[in-house]
Amino acid sequence: MNETTNLPVLEKLTYKDFAPDQDVKWCPGCGDYSILKQVQGIFPELGKRKEEFVFISGIGCSSRFPYYMDTYGMHSIHGRATAIAAGLKASRPDLDIWIVTGDGDAMSIGGNHLIHTLRKNFNLNILMFNNEIYGLTKGQYSPTSHVGLVTKSTPFGSIDEPFNPAELALGAKSTFFARSLDRDPKHMKEILLEAHDHKGTSFVEIYQNCPVFNDGTFFIYSEKGTKKEESLYLEEGKPLIFGENNSKGIKFDGFKPVVVDLTDGKNSVNDLWIHDKRDRIKATILASFANGNNGTHLPRPFGIFYSIDKPTYEETMLHQIEEVTNKKGKPKLDDILSGDKTWVIA
Amino acid sequence: MKTEDGVIEKESVVVRFSGDSGDGMQLTGTQFTDTTAFLGKDISTFPEFPAEIRAPAGTIAGVSGFQVHFGSKEIYTAGDEYDVLVAMNAAALKSDIGNLKKGGIIITNTAGFDSKNLRLAEYPEGVNPLEDDSLSEYEVYKVNITSLTKEALKETGLSNKELERSKNMFVLGMLYWIFDQSPDYTINFINEKFSKSPELAKANILAIKSGINFGETTEIFNTRFKINASPQPPGTYRSITGNNAIAIALISASEISGLPLFLGSYPITPASDILHELSKYKHSGVRTFQAEDEIAAICSAIGASYGGSLSVTTTSGPGMSLKTEALGLATILELPLVVINIQRGGPSTGLPTKTEQSDLLQAMYGRHGECPLPILAPCSPSDCFETVYEACKLTVEHMTPVIVLSDGYIANGSEPWKFPTAKDLPKIKSEFTDKPNSNDGTFLPYKRDENFVRPRVKPGTKGLEHRIGGLEKANETGDISYEPHNHELMVNLRQAKVDKIADSIPEIKIDTGSEDSDLLVLGWGSTYGSIKTAVLELINEGYNISHIHLRHMNPFPKNLGMLLMKFKNILIPEINNGQLIKIIRDKYLVPAIGLNKIQGLPFTTSEIKNKILEILNKK
Ligand SMILES: Cc1ncc(C[n+]2csc(CCOP(=O)(O)OP(=O)(O)O)c2C)c(N)n1
Ligand code: SF4
Ligand SMILES: [Mg+2]
Repeated sequence: MNETTNLPVLEKLTYKDFAPDQDVKWCPGCGDYSILKQVQGIFPELGKRKEEFVFISGIGCSSRFPYYMDTYGMHSIHGRATAIAAGLKASRPDLDIWIVTGDGDAMSIGGNHLIHTLRKNFNLNILMFNNEIYGLTKGQYSPTSHVGLVTKSTPFGSIDEPFNPAELALGAKSTFFARSLDRDPKHMKEILLEAHDHKGTSFVEIYQNCPVFNDGTFFIYSEKGTKKEESLYLEEGKPLIFGENNSKGIKFDGFKPVVVDLTDGKNSVNDLWIHDKRDRIKATILASFANGNNGTHLPRPFGIFYSIDKPTYEETMLHQIEEVTNKKGKPKLDDILSGDKTWVIA
Repeated sequence: MKTEDGVIEKESVVVRFSGDSGDGMQLTGTQFTDTTAFLGKDISTFPEFPAEIRAPAGTIAGVSGFQVHFGSKEIYTAGDEYDVLVAMNAAALKSDIGNLKKGGIIITNTAGFDSKNLRLAEYPEGVNPLEDDSLSEYEVYKVNITSLTKEALKETGLSNKELERSKNMFVLGMLYWIFDQSPDYTINFINEKFSKSPELAKANILAIKSGINFGETTEIFNTRFKINASPQPPGTYRSITGNNAIAIALISASEISGLPLFLGSYPITPASDILHELSKYKHSGVRTFQAEDEIAAICSAIGASYGGSLSVTTTSGPGMSLKTEALGLATILELPLVVINIQRGGPSTGLPTKTEQSDLLQAMYGRHGECPLPILAPCSPSDCFETVYEACKLTVEHMTPVIVLSDGYIANGSEPWKFPTAKDLPKIKSEFTDKPNSNDGTFLPYKRDENFVRPRVKPGTKGLEHRIGGLEKANETGDISYEPHNHELMVNLRQAKVDKIADSIPEIKIDTGSEDSDLLVLGWGSTYGSIKTAVLELINEGYNISHIHLRHMNPFPKNLGMLLMKFKNILIPEINNGQLIKIIRDKYLVPAIGLNKIQGLPFTTSEIKNKILEILNKK
């Protein structure tokens, strides 16, 4: 058969093709709705057939996501979505696999699987909805909750040092880390597309508002009045600029990032840090912005912190299988059954 | 019977190789075993390792043993007591002399009995068992194996350390001479093993030959034995350990079913060898995945099963505990998955290198919720093949995880195996749906067939997109449902599916003895050999008793209850504190009696015989 003439034509899909006839059951006003909408929105643009997509999730409000996408999907157990997806991808590299998880699901109970999946670099997309709270279990603090947060299990304030997801990902040798926000649909869409494009494990942290148990935690990054001063949108090859009328920038003082005023004549755009998503050191410093660097207040970065190409786990696995098979040939089952030392009893 | 040249013909012999972990006793034992099996004798082995990889050299904790029982009759156990003990040092003698037959042979390496070794073995100051009369009941051979080996190999140019290491081959040579066996099999093995360093191959072969020559020329051994080949059924045989049989069974089931094999595993003794063995088969397309822990191991296997593979996870007790939550998920998803537990002494780290049958109740009941699963248990190293192959067939054909309970004894033990050919293997029916299964054209992922089995779909199949998950599902549609009666229905359906497997498994047959006897011994798993030997011996002594051995632990064979009713005495020996007995009493209300041993060791034949006699004599 002539392969080139018989290429199947992809049906044109719309977002409706990905919306099943299920009632979506998140609380009114939950940030998850916006994320769902953006995901459904980009899927027709990914150039794949509907049946090639698989959603795997753990447990949590966020992890209900697969039920709301009309693709193949599995709502699994708390924290283990990454491990299940790893096995699925290793055995079915052809599938386009998305993991949806929460800050508790991914960084608490599933922390071990998360770091190992990141380092192994399967070609997967991990969307972590970070609301800095346990939503489904009705409001306990999570591993990303900030010190002092008052929740049901911390009536006098949390005393735990939180994880910084970007630092954790980079420490685990993630090949892609990005951050976006439920209240910025346009940005989220771009990031989702880039995450999908990245060959390797794409880890996307999405700030998500939980109006019921942790309302407004991220509003300073999205609401008028604070957004411009508090958030920094990363663009590849561009200087780090933010603030009202783009009046501020970030430059390096040695290895220390400092905020400079672009209107006082002392610094110009040419002095600023240029974003390079392949630069691991810069990514590490960007990740640390959320820690409050040495008392300096820095804006919160959004966008792709880090993205590099590295062979994926499944590619390497298949390559090894192929190499060994080429060298040794595929053994016959009868030879495996007999082994190489047999004897005959007459 | 003593022949002219001083050779005694014997029906069977037990040899125990015992030495320090570094003395190479496992290799020596394995080579002796394989050669003996190769020469047509029936055989059963029992390797015993210390828990610590580097227990202090020379101490009792560091002793590594390999016991082999071989004969011209059928052999079912590694033997209660040994005829020959090879003791490479003082600690080995001290630790293993207890089970040497009175009048048995001891071959010692005198170099292992210097003052340092004696002190490490905790003999009192000034006491050397080779020099007092404490061994007068035995036939003791004192050979300086270390120095003889060094002398024999002095021209080879090997380092002192390498020379020292070759002494186990010298020992092997001596034993080949004593048992009148050709060393050719081992020589082939060495040539293959050291194909890249011919000088090592040459030295090892020289060590074996020197051992043989030593026996022949010095004439120090008064006793030599001859064991004739055993009348095994004609056919082609190989030697196999339980864990290797499992690996081969998995590859076979993958090939026969046409499903790619995926193993998700995390290393743990005594299960790791399955991971090692399967990892060698990349060229068969086997995908082995060493996960970050046992939870990820089973979860990755669930992922691969969802994707359409024949999925397996292998572990031992502590790992089994970690897998339980995910096993519940696989149960409610109704996906195929083979879970292999090579049991060891527990709880917790327990006795990691010792055998036990103490995870049966865990397999039966050890998950939250109503979570029934089929359970199979192999009874010997080669039976691991059939049992695991059957587990693969059941898991795929019935869309349920299946648990296999092997244990450390049969995992490491070996025996001759009349292996099947590919065309002898039962077919495995593996089907994937690619069409809607309802009248209105929708796909119902939990609509069942007459065996209560749901359809299997590969993600990627056009038009059948659907979601599955751990939440309770509405019957047929699989949509989330919290409806009270639906939950009860689904629990009952999942139970019915497992119960229905009883229709697909053979009825149980009496293994030894008749249906009309004074006592039935009911066993499961690795106790097969000890029970069979005990029952056979007592039958020969004139007793009327029988033996039934279970492979199918859940569901039980359909006729088991009826059979049990026929016996007024039922004895259930187990290497645990009484687990099968609880299930049997619960299910069939029969007054069974337990025999329990929880020492990390298999039963001896006499332990079982004594218990049987005790019961028979009481009545
Ligand atoms: C083994 C296990 N432990 C605990 C739970 C209870 N549980 C369900 S979701 C959850 C936390 C979810 O938090 P997160 O991942 O942040 O998701 P969110 O609901 O905030 O989206 C917990 C503790 C569970 N389902 N399983
Ligand atoms: S509890 Fe919070 S995170 Fe969960 S659905 Fe409600 S608003 Fe969303
Ligand atoms: Mg959360």
